This record gives sequence, structure tokens and C-alpha cells, in this order.
Amino acid sequence: MLIPATRTTFHTLLDARPLAEPSDAPAIIFVATDTEPVVVTRRALATAVTHHAAALHALGIQPGDLVLIAHTQNLAAVYAFWGALQLGAIPTLFPSLTEKLDAEVYRRNMAQLIDLSQVKVVLTSDDFAVTLREVTSCPVYGTSDLPLDVPSPSFTPPDPDSIAFLQHSSGTTGLQKGVALTHTAVLNQLAAYSQAIALHADDVVVSWLPLYHDMGLIAGFLLPLVQGLPLVLLSPFDWVQHPALLLQAIDRYRGTLCWLPNFAYNHCARRIRRRDKEAVSLASMRLFINCSEPVRHSSHQLFLDAFAAQGVTPDRLGVSYAMAENTFAVSQTLPGQPAPLDWIDGQLLAEQNVAQPVEPTQPEAVPLVSCGRPISGTAVAIVDEQGNPLLPRRVGEIVVRSDCMLTGYYRREDLRPFQHGWYHTGDRGYLADGELYVIGRSKDLIINAGKNIYPQDIEAVVNEVPGVYPGRAVAFGVPDEREGTELIAVVAEVETADSEQQNQIRLVIRQRVVVETAVSVSFVTLVPRHWLRKTSSGKIARAENRRKWLAERNAP
Amino acid sequence: MDETTLRRQMRAFILNELVREPDYPLRDDEGIISSGLMDSFALAELGVFVEDAFDVYIPDADLTVAKMDSLNQMVARVWRDLPA
Repeated sequence: MLIPATRTTFHTLLDARPLAEPSDAPAIIFVATDTEPVVVTRRALATAVTHHAAALHALGIQPGDLVLIAHTQNLAAVYAFWGALQLGAIPTLFPSLTEKLDAEVYRRNMAQLIDLSQVKVVLTSDDFAVTLREVTSCPVYGTSDLPLDVPSPSFTPPDPDSIAFLQHSSGTTGLQKGVALTHTAVLNQLAAYSQAIALHADDVVVSWLPLYHDMGLIAGFLLPLVQGLPLVLLSPFDWVQHPALLLQAIDRYRGTLCWLPNFAYNHCARRIRRRDKEAVSLASMRLFINCSEPVRHSSHQLFLDAFAAQGVTPDRLGVSYAMAENTFAVSQTLPGQPAPLDWIDGQLLAEQNVAQPVEPTQPEAVPLVSCGRPISGTAVAIVDEQGNPLLPRRVGEIVVRSDCMLTGYYRREDLRPFQHGWYHTGDRGYLADGELYVIGRSKDLIINAGKNIYPQDIEAVVNEVPGVYPGRAVAFGVPDEREGTELIAVVAEVETADSEQQNQIRLVIRQRVVVETAVSVSFVTLVPRHWLRKTSSGKIARAENRRKWLAERNAP
Repeated sequence: MDETTLRRQMRAFILNELVREPDYPLRDDEGIISSGLMDSFALAELGVFVEDAFDVYIPDADLTVAKMDSLNQMVARVWRDLPA
């Protein structure tokens, strides 16, 4: 087991147990609706990885080359990722095309990333390879283009301090940042995090999380594979439509660990049918870990109420605060104990940036769920706008320093992630009794269903819709109790007052936003000219217009 | 229950709960998910609704965008299994 005490026995990710000790034990069990599960043993995984490394080598890919992998969540993506690692190339996983997104827009975004990051090769499905070749000069290989039968050369193990892979962190479209992580950083994270969750040789990880997201890649993929624990893997698209699949997988394979963004607690609690729920047990679970969007006490309550009969108890609901730049986890609550709850004065928090404890029965009391304590090797501080440390219970920016931090943003020397050795997260929070509480983002970022969305990307689309005054549209997040996440609202100024024409504009706004950005808008409000407020510099004031919209919505 | 009543109840649920625009002039053959009116999360919600409201259990294999994109498709699928 990789923990801080055994850390020196691991050099690179290629010391992963299934590769180092092949056997007939299951490494990955891929589960999908309507097909039989596919079990990949450690031996089968090690063999497939070597064949993929040899194939990439035969295609002329060199150590240090950036390899972009664009597959739906499947075993082809898994083998390509590990094959590239074994060769010493730098793999990075890109989201696959969804039914919603416009294929043209998707190809354009990918072509942009290929240019910006100097991608050397793209590995994808056979179908998609054909269309992708039309928009990029970079070599593109479909699954059947890989010469998997070539003899394998002997590969030199990579330098532990070389870049292992990139995680693409959110950024506005076309400006995605490749978070470059070394083998050393990733192994430091896995060792510290395994200790934080008291990882055990009998653990079984169940995950539907996308591999192009840090939580999916690190917690839901590399952690079990490096440690040699069985990984029960689902596709995010399958899970969103069929949430009971997760519970069935936990029940069937006696799952013990599962990471979920906050909205997933609501999705499971509200959208799993009675018949499906009654057919499963979740008693094998040791920890559900809430991570990657603001954690809501109400979502945990909803989940507990829904699944108490299946064996879920408060001490099995953990919380973590994580980011791609720190490889993954910054902090984690103690396993086997309910996440601490801090009842504070919501009004004082909003007005004075102070987290003042109050009795839960007070009208202004709001519950904040702890994200736990920093994991070993990671330090957290709360600072004011000048970078000065703040006292406990004072809200400021969360800054992080660790031994598992990014090396830099790939091919973006213009971006400097550190100030005096600290990474500034852009998140706001406070510390109390050593526990970290996260309040939200400093900027206008919207977090919808675990996904970071920049309002300017949505506004750019809305501004192009005929009938909308260009530059007179705003997008913002609206917290939604029922969904357990932020929903997206758009307010746009239009000329017409005709309800037929307005219906049409609303529909076009929804359609254009979904095909261009793959996010669904929940509320479209059309307003007359001069409804939107601007800042003194002439920009649309998002936060102010959001307040105005909420006030009008809540007005009787 | 007749087919017209079923259709009316499903339309009301979709517009009020999933699309969140009660006055939207939804056509019976309009692609609700493929057009971006609601996202694929809503398929799971639809599954719960028809179990609770009509005691119809649609297997996961049938709860897909291809099979459940329009009101016509949804109504036909529920109508098929509606208890007498």
C-alpha cells in the first residue's frame, strides 16, 4: 500500500500494483446499462498497456510528446492513457463529444487546444478520427489504427520528476489550462490521500466520474489502480440517465469508496425509483466523499433520508476539498465520523466576512459543512486581498502550498500559478478549529453539476442570438435547493414585446447555449432595453443584475 | 385513464418540472432533450414520475435520449404498460 511511510518504495506511476504484480485479481470492472460487465484482470491490464505503449512507439511517438486522448469513458481510453505513460509520453484526457454539443463546435475547441498545447498526436475512436482529421494537421489515430501486434521494445522508466500527465483545468473556451503534474507530485498526493481516508487493502472503489476531471482521474481511477484495489467503472453519461446503476454496482461488487459532487446526492435521492432502491444494499460502503462543488448540508440530509434503509449513516458521508492544481485533495474529513457542521450567522457572513457561531435555532443561522483538515504534505492558509494571513473564522481567499502541486501550466509560461510559493485558489473560505470551510468562489464562476462554467462563455453565445441586443445579456448561477447545485439563468435585453417572438428567442437561446457549451440553461428571462445595470466602466454587472433578477423573482 | 388524460398530465409535468416554462408551446413530436429544452438528468426524473404517478416501471435500457426525446415517444411508452 502506498502511504507516506512506504512512499520511497514507489518511484513512478508505473509502479502501480497491476503492472508491477500482474495476477488474475480484477483491476477494472466496467459496468454499463444493458450489457454484461467487463472484468479486466491485473494481468490483462498489464498486457494491454504494454501493447499500447509498443503501438505508440511504432507510430513514432516519443517520450515527452503530448498525447491527447478523446474517447467516451471506455477501456480504450484507459489503455491509451497507461500506454502513453509507459512510453514516457504525456497523456491528457479530453471530454468526448456528447449528444447535446454541436460536433462543429467540439472539433473547433479541440483544434484550438491542439494548437495551443502543441499536441503531438490524438487517439480517439475510428469514427471520430475521420472527421477530426479535417480540422487538424496533427496526426489522429482511431482505435483500429493502433498496431497492437508489434513486438514490445524495453522501455526506460521515466524520470520521477518529469511531467507524468496533464489535467485540463477549467478556463474560458479555448483558454483551457493544462495542469502539468510530475510522477513525484502524483505519488505524494496518492500517499497522503490514502492515509487521510484510511485506505485499506479490502477497499473497492466505485466511480462514474469522468476521467477528464481531477476527481475522476485521481480518486476514481489512479488511486485504485496504483494501489491495486478493484475499480468498478461506469460512464458518466450512462449514470446521469440511470442513477440506480451506481447503487447496483456498489451492491454487486461490495463497493466501499465512492466520490460524488454535491448535485449527485440530490440526483440519487430524487431520481432513483422505489423499485430500484428496494433491490439494493449500500451497507458495504465505508465512505461517500462529497467533493468538487460547494457541499450542502441539505443534500447530505436528503441522501441520508433516502438511503437510510439501504445502510447509509452520517459517519459514512465524508467531504473533501480538491483541485487539479494540487493533483487532487487539499483536505479531507476524518473517515468514520460525520463531517463537522458549523452553524454560523449568515448575515454577519455576508456583511462582514466573519463566521460567527450561533445556535441552530436562530433565524439567521446557516449550516456549513466542513471540508476537513489539510492532508499531510499540504498546508492551507486564509489570506486577505493583500495576501496577509487572517485569523480563524475570518473569511478570505484560500491559498495552498504542498508537495503535490502542479509544476506549471503546460506551454503557458505567461501564467504564474504561485505567489511566494503559495497557490491562490480563487475560492473563499475560513478555518475554525483546524477545519476548512469553503464559502464559494471569488469570481463570477458558476459551478453546475460539478462543472465549472464561465458566464462569459454563455453570454458570448446569447449575444449572437438574433433579436438580442448585442452586449446586453448576462448569465449567472442560481443556487437551487432541489437540485443541490447552481442552475444557470440568462437575462437578455430584446426589442420585441411580442410573446410569440419572445418564445422563439427563448428557445433559440436555450438551443444555441446547449450546442455551443454543452450546458443547459434553466431560466431565460427577456427584458426590455436598459433593464440591465452596468458598472462604471460600462461592463454588465453580473452580481448586481443577479440580485435584481432574484429580487424580482421572489417579489409577490 | 385515457390516452388524452395521460398526455395532458405528462405534458404538464414536463413543462412545469423539467422545462420550467409552463407556457412553452411544446409540440408533440418536438425533441425535448435534443433541442436543449431539458437535459438528460430529466430522463431519470421522468422514470420516477411515471412510477409514482402511473405505476409504470420503464427499464433503464428504454430511458435513453433516442427512445424518450419527444412527448409522443414518452406517452406511447407509458401507455403501453399502463395498468388496466
